[in-house]
Amino acid sequence: MKIRITLCLTAALLVGALVPSFGQVSKVEELKYPPLPEFKIPVPTRLVLDNGVILMVLEDHELPLINASVLVRTGSRLEPAGKVGLAGLAGTVMRTGGTKTMPGDQLDDYLENRAARVETSIGTSSGGASMSCLKKDFPDVLRVLADVLRNPVFEETKLAVAKNRLMAAIARQNDDPGDILSREFTEIVYGNDSPYARSETYASVSAVTREDLVEWHSRYYHPSAMILGLVGDFKTDEAVALVKQVFGDWPKGNVIPASTKVPEPSSVASGVYYVEKNDVNQSSIAMGHLGIRKDNPDYYAVRVLNELFGGSMGSRLFSNVRTKKGLAYDVGGGIGSEWDYAGVFEVAMTTKTETTAAAIKALQEEAKNLTAQPPTEAEVAKAKASILNSFIFNSDSIAEILSQQMVFEYYGYPLDWLSRYRAGIEKVTVEQVRAAAAKYITPDRVAILVVGPKEGMDQPLSTFGKVTNVDITIPEPAAGSGG
Amino acid sequence: MSCNSKRLNLLLIASVAVFLFAPCAFPQDLASFESRTTVHTLRNGWTFVIVERPVAPVFSFSTYVDVGSAQEVPGITGLAHMFEHMAFKGTPNIGTRNYAAEKEVLDQVEAAYQAYLAERLSPKPDPQKLEQLQAAFKKKQEEAAQYVVQNEFADVIDREGGTGLNAGTGADSTAYFYSLPVNKFELFAYLESERFLHPVFREFYTERDVVQEERRLRTESQPIGRLVEQFVATAFIAHPYQQPVVGYMSDLQSFSKTDAEAFYRKYYVPSNLATAIVGAVKPKEIIPILEKYFGRIPAGPRPGELRTVEPPQTAEKTVTLKEQAQPFYLEGYHKPGVTHPDQVVYNAIDDVLSRGRTSRLYRSLVRDKKIALTVQSFSSFPGIKYPNLWAVYAMPARGVTNEQVRDAIRAEIDRIKKEDVSDEELTRFKTRERADVLRSLDDNMGLAGQLATYQVVFGDWRELFRSLERVEKVTKADIRRVANASFVDANRTVGMIVTETPKPPTGGQGGTRPTGQSGDDK
Repeated sequence: MKIRITLCLTAALLVGALVPSFGQVSKVEELKYPPLPEFKIPVPTRLVLDNGVILMVLEDHELPLINASVLVRTGSRLEPAGKVGLAGLAGTVMRTGGTKTMPGDQLDDYLENRAARVETSIGTSSGGASMSCLKKDFPDVLRVLADVLRNPVFEETKLAVAKNRLMAAIARQNDDPGDILSREFTEIVYGNDSPYARSETYASVSAVTREDLVEWHSRYYHPSAMILGLVGDFKTDEAVALVKQVFGDWPKGNVIPASTKVPEPSSVASGVYYVEKNDVNQSSIAMGHLGIRKDNPDYYAVRVLNELFGGSMGSRLFSNVRTKKGLAYDVGGGIGSEWDYAGVFEVAMTTKTETTAAAIKALQEEAKNLTAQPPTEAEVAKAKASILNSFIFNSDSIAEILSQQMVFEYYGYPLDWLSRYRAGIEKVTVEQVRAAAAKYITPDRVAILVVGPKEGMDQPLSTFGKVTNVDITIPEPAAGSGG
Repeated sequence: MSCNSKRLNLLLIASVAVFLFAPCAFPQDLASFESRTTVHTLRNGWTFVIVERPVAPVFSFSTYVDVGSAQEVPGITGLAHMFEHMAFKGTPNIGTRNYAAEKEVLDQVEAAYQAYLAERLSPKPDPQKLEQLQAAFKKKQEEAAQYVVQNEFADVIDREGGTGLNAGTGADSTAYFYSLPVNKFELFAYLESERFLHPVFREFYTERDVVQEERRLRTESQPIGRLVEQFVATAFIAHPYQQPVVGYMSDLQSFSKTDAEAFYRKYYVPSNLATAIVGAVKPKEIIPILEKYFGRIPAGPRPGELRTVEPPQTAEKTVTLKEQAQPFYLEGYHKPGVTHPDQVVYNAIDDVLSRGRTSRLYRSLVRDKKIALTVQSFSSFPGIKYPNLWAVYAMPARGVTNEQVRDAIRAEIDRIKKEDVSDEELTRFKTRERADVLRSLDDNMGLAGQLATYQVVFGDWRELFRSLERVEKVTKADIRRVANASFVDANRTVGMIVTETPKPPTGGQGGTRPTGQSGDDK
């Protein structure tokens, strides 16, 4: 092992010609920065197989590793109301339950013996899979990935394991106040029955059968519903040939219409909500209403607004509520946005019980101040500089570049969305930011949720309006039903 | 796609055997990694590990300071973490409207606090006097606040494109880190030298309130947080690992800016830390910049080492918390610090027992018996430098008791003491350790954190790779030897949460709620 220890070379360097001559800077304003070196963002090779698989490939020869990721047009928002948990279970057991040629346990051994990983999951608005392996194992592990996506058998025993774990997680869902806050707040904003908010119950998990999983797979998992991304130490033509070999003979199957018929949330349940939790000494507080979609033309102004409102240590929420008032360790928020449905505008914090009302007032004040003391030129300039100066970090890893491209493809956004985004941010004006604040934040229509002890608050919650108590008791399953 | 495990093992063994001498699994990395790495130590003792990784025009750094809550004594618990928060408050040049005037008021704030504290801690505080002193202290704080430019230090980093700005304090370490576009390298050198050359502890007492909220959030309002605090306090009887990193509430309501300044002067000397820089940097270009800025910081003596060594445990200990929460089971055994040659053997035990779906604990507790949501072991808790604990926890499944998961865990621990692990398990451990190091090389920030840690804790960043050589040498006999020495009843501490049915929500407080000692200073 040769290491260049330059300790003894220091003196030589100090007198060398390479030393830039600069004086001692004492104020940050005196620093002068050279331009950022030219950086060409690599563009993935994109092609569509005959059966409809969209393939995106980027070489990365830094390390002998290869990674893949997959997006599939599905999502838990499509599951039936009585079987909440079905999509998540399908996403788990697709991998753990093995394939027609390799049982789940054997699959575990095969992958872990190679320090490789193949995982599958289904989230709210997409299904996914990922693979990671050493270069030398690439063909074998890619075959496993294809096998898992194409031929899962959803072993009954592995479904039982997954259901048992999900039941255990449900039993624990009220142990942590932060979990309660995010779950219940999402339900309040989107509505209890919204596919974007509802959560698993013992009954809904019990209702899921192996046949449901098989049916789910056969409905949604088709080559034409899939985007495959590959990044790593390979030659593009060889990787493409291998993908064609393992995915090419997958019959096209039914073409699923793009996820356009997904429900659009519309609920705004303003008011004060309270969850009693007496084994803590803080109130966890969330406040907000529906947010926006990323394809909203005001998205860029909203991004800038979020940055100055709650996006950093220098933002209004952090500086005023935490640094000046010392009311919280964690405080933050902003107008949330999703790719194809409305996100949530939310500000949240936790504070000791005896400053609960003071904290709510502070959050209300910050929300109102966005129009009462609208963002200044300096705030907007700083927020834009922050987004634009850090822009390079959107593209500082090849895997990241590829996964962004896949997301744009999946949600039907232009593949050059990132450069449009940059241009959009550059054009944002102070007036647009102020208009966005007035349009997308409505302080008098927010829902306020508090989770915490009933006794010891500085003022009763009724100070802020009529209080609705939220019952978080976990409904027990009917006798006889099991995991 | 069948799997012939015998053939597989032979293949893997072959690749293991050649790795040490001709790293065939690492064609591009190790050799090139070393040629891209430069170590530079300033005359004041500040060591930089610089790795050229020109993937994108950015760089990350991590500064690792050899100080944590283990350096605290009663009265100042939580101070290492408190200083970490103060390291974001600026300097005479950053974060102030007028430092000369501000400094005068800051001194008055401190004098007012000391007067108030003395009265508060006196045997018989006079309520009226206390109130007056508190009001005077508060008034001075308000006066000082007028000079502050809030969060200017972080704001500059943010404006210039910094990402991942944060810091963390542990039982024996404090780390500071972020990433910047590479054209802002001089900004990094300026800010990071400023922050340790002459930090100004402005807004100290408001920030102390923030830290109290952090303690309530992470420890007092979380059943598992409450358990962990009791668990380490039980497992260690002498070593300061028994103290919570965040500190005890009474100390968080009492320690002063004067205490924090003394702590800073003792531990934040250049020889007591190291910085790793990874990214599109060229040592020839950046070393002069490092010299210029970090060279401003005076050298200082390395603080003395801790004297207290945890004595051998002689009796099994158990701590049980009754909570309005699901059961939770944790047990730990004392073991040496990470620089001990046996550390890799504990890593092997962790791998076999609890890594992934092939692990023994997963297969027994989660897959077969279905008695746990999750089970996980971890091998250096609560710190890494000093002798610490190997520990394992499980979250019992619904309706399952702690005793059921305990028995299943013990059965696997007994098996690892009595029988050799299989060839497949041992080989899998080594394969995964090598792959872990390889995978860690593709992330500037992760790499900077690891290199700085190894540089300080082991005295040489190369130990990151040398530990792999020790991994290759781990034998089945090593695993049984270490398991038999460590996993004995008298060396064990058990921590449990048992469920106490909550009182019906009628408005009364639950019985176990920590009442969050009030007595706020402000």
